[in-house]
Amino acid sequence: MTQQTNIKVLLAKLGLDGHDRGIKVIARAMRDSGMEVVYMGMRVTPDQVAQTALQEDVDVVGISILSGAHMRLIPRLTKALEERQINDDTLLIVGGTIPEDDVEQLHELGVHGIFPVGSFTTSMTEFITENISRGRSAPQA
Amino acid sequence: MMGVPLLIKQSDQMAEETHGQQKRSLSGLEVKPVYTPDDLVNSDFVRDLGQPGEYPFTRGPYPNMYLGRLWTRRQIAGFGTAQATNKRYRFLLDHGQNGISTDFDHPTLTGYDSDHDLAEGEVGRLGVAIDSVRDMDDLFFNIPLDEVSVSLTINHPAIVLMGMFLSVADKRRVDWKSLRGTVQNDSLKEFHGQKTFALGPRPSLKLTTDIVEFCTNYVPNWYTISISGYHIRESGSDAIQELAFTIAQGMAYVESALERGLSVDSFAPRLSFFFGCHNDVFEEVAKFRAARRMWARIMKERYKAQKPESMRLRFHTQTLGSTLMRQDPQNNIARGTLQALAAVLGGTQSLHVSGFDEAFDIPSEEAMRMSLATQLILSHESGVTNTVDPMAGSYFMESMTNDIEEAAWEYISKLEAMGEGKYPLKSGILHAIDTGYIELEIARSAYEYQLKIESGNQVVVGLNQYQSETNQKLELFEFDPEEEKWQKDRLTEVRDGRSSADVQSALSSLRQAAQNDKNLMPSVIKAVGAMATEGEILDTMRDVYGEYVDPGVF
Repeated sequence: MTQQTNIKVLLAKLGLDGHDRGIKVIARAMRDSGMEVVYMGMRVTPDQVAQTALQEDVDVVGISILSGAHMRLIPRLTKALEERQINDDTLLIVGGTIPEDDVEQLHELGVHGIFPVGSFTTSMTEFITENISRGRSAPQA
Repeated sequence: MMGVPLLIKQSDQMAEETHGQQKRSLSGLEVKPVYTPDDLVNSDFVRDLGQPGEYPFTRGPYPNMYLGRLWTRRQIAGFGTAQATNKRYRFLLDHGQNGISTDFDHPTLTGYDSDHDLAEGEVGRLGVAIDSVRDMDDLFFNIPLDEVSVSLTINHPAIVLMGMFLSVADKRRVDWKSLRGTVQNDSLKEFHGQKTFALGPRPSLKLTTDIVEFCTNYVPNWYTISISGYHIRESGSDAIQELAFTIAQGMAYVESALERGLSVDSFAPRLSFFFGCHNDVFEEVAKFRAARRMWARIMKERYKAQKPESMRLRFHTQTLGSTLMRQDPQNNIARGTLQALAAVLGGTQSLHVSGFDEAFDIPSEEAMRMSLATQLILSHESGVTNTVDPMAGSYFMESMTNDIEEAAWEYISKLEAMGEGKYPLKSGILHAIDTGYIELEIARSAYEYQLKIESGNQVVVGLNQYQSETNQKLELFEFDPEEEKWQKDRLTEVRDGRSSADVQSALSSLRQAAQNDKNLMPSVIKAVGAMATEGEILDTMRDVYGEYVDPGVF
């Protein structure tokens, strides 16, 4: 059933937040759907994530935050991705306790997909597959 | 026993009528369509149940249970600064609460000061920010420490927060012997549940044991460890794993204290437990009853406890945040009620009902008022408190209690086999943490449960079935971002106002005590008295013991 998709995902938890049940579930679901998953674990900084994304040449960066600190940490991450000039070809998704009121602002910051708690893993893997295949197969202008 | 064959016949018929469809508990234990005395032929009332308040305490730790005293309504609270949280405490005490439980923010839980780079955005966000003993004093402003029992929900830095608490008691001239309360101090579960570790498994277990030793000698009415299955469950374990890992960790703490040279009856009566409670009512009640029986037998038979107080398991329950849904949040009130009912039928000593809005943020005042009301309705309107252990003797309940106990023992035996020497559970659990065994077992259960929800095999009302059209907007807790700035200013003020020579000298004695493997409690008390901050004290320890990095297994 599992097919290799050649999609490489970097997952991490920013800050001191200890809630890692969701991200580990998602890591398994992505692996089972054929993606290559690199999980950095907890307590990493936005800079560490961006640096690893660059070094590992990943297609997707997935961040889980359930501490309410997303509006402080995500801008730092998008800036760190921009500094390394990998923001354009990295799909950025964020999950966790994200209130509806913050969704628009996160999109404006450059977050492509937002998955609040209760989201199905399939909605995430489908989102990734659709967006990556579209992005990658599109002819370069 | 003329009636028995007939009953069995009925049972077989029922099985046929249900087309052999096998029902299972949430943890996967087999549930038959009907139970009969035949299911209990190997059970013995006196041996396996006994009277409430008597060995093996299956029916409850006290003879009269809620007829003597209702459970403590203890809603956890903590956010922003100490002053803000102190206000919430007084609100809760005014609305029917009779114990205090403190929730600390992530920086405090992990041993970093509010101005640390990793703390950004998390200061006071999911709990109260405590940097120095001054914050601790403010937290309990106008709360009589010798009258209200206080639970400090802190683990690896527990020794620091406990030191601050004792310092505040000194300042208010409250005798340590009159302090009643609990420090969570359950270091081992931090590597697979909650994950707010500050140090590695071995040094943090040493600190846990330091607190046990110190309090046994100087703070005799304090509960020194709240052995916690709750976080294991929230991390996605099933009820069997929660029961097994919690009891096994309890055994590791007992072994660690015995190894320290303490006698079992000197410290065991001050150990308590903390469980979560899910929606499967009967499985949860069985879990609580099995936990009491297992602990009693373990303490008596394995660790040779003599005092009944060392054998009787007492516990706090928190209904599970992970069962709360964003969809139709009012449905969560029903879930909280079911879970609270199971906890009460299981004989809990204290209870927190999670706020129905907690899938969005930390609970609003309104949600906490509803949680307290749920507890009060159970106490005064449901009638479930009128008799002790009302579920006893049910063929199903007793079978379930036996089954969950047996399943839990399988795990404990596995962990024991991973260990060695005189204290196999202590070494077994440390080994299981090093290899990621426990974390991976829990992650597997969490994933399987999620797949069941996504495939529709597990119905969650409002999420994967019976979705409602209305999307009601709740009045959520509003976090004041100014609190972080205020807390950081406060920290600077504390640093500017103290003698740095005193701080340096206190920290260097602490370092020496750690290097010489002394009990660190006395040097920590000295350090907090010199206004050393939590982060500075933990930095000293991280320096001696090394930092722990999340292995990132899934």
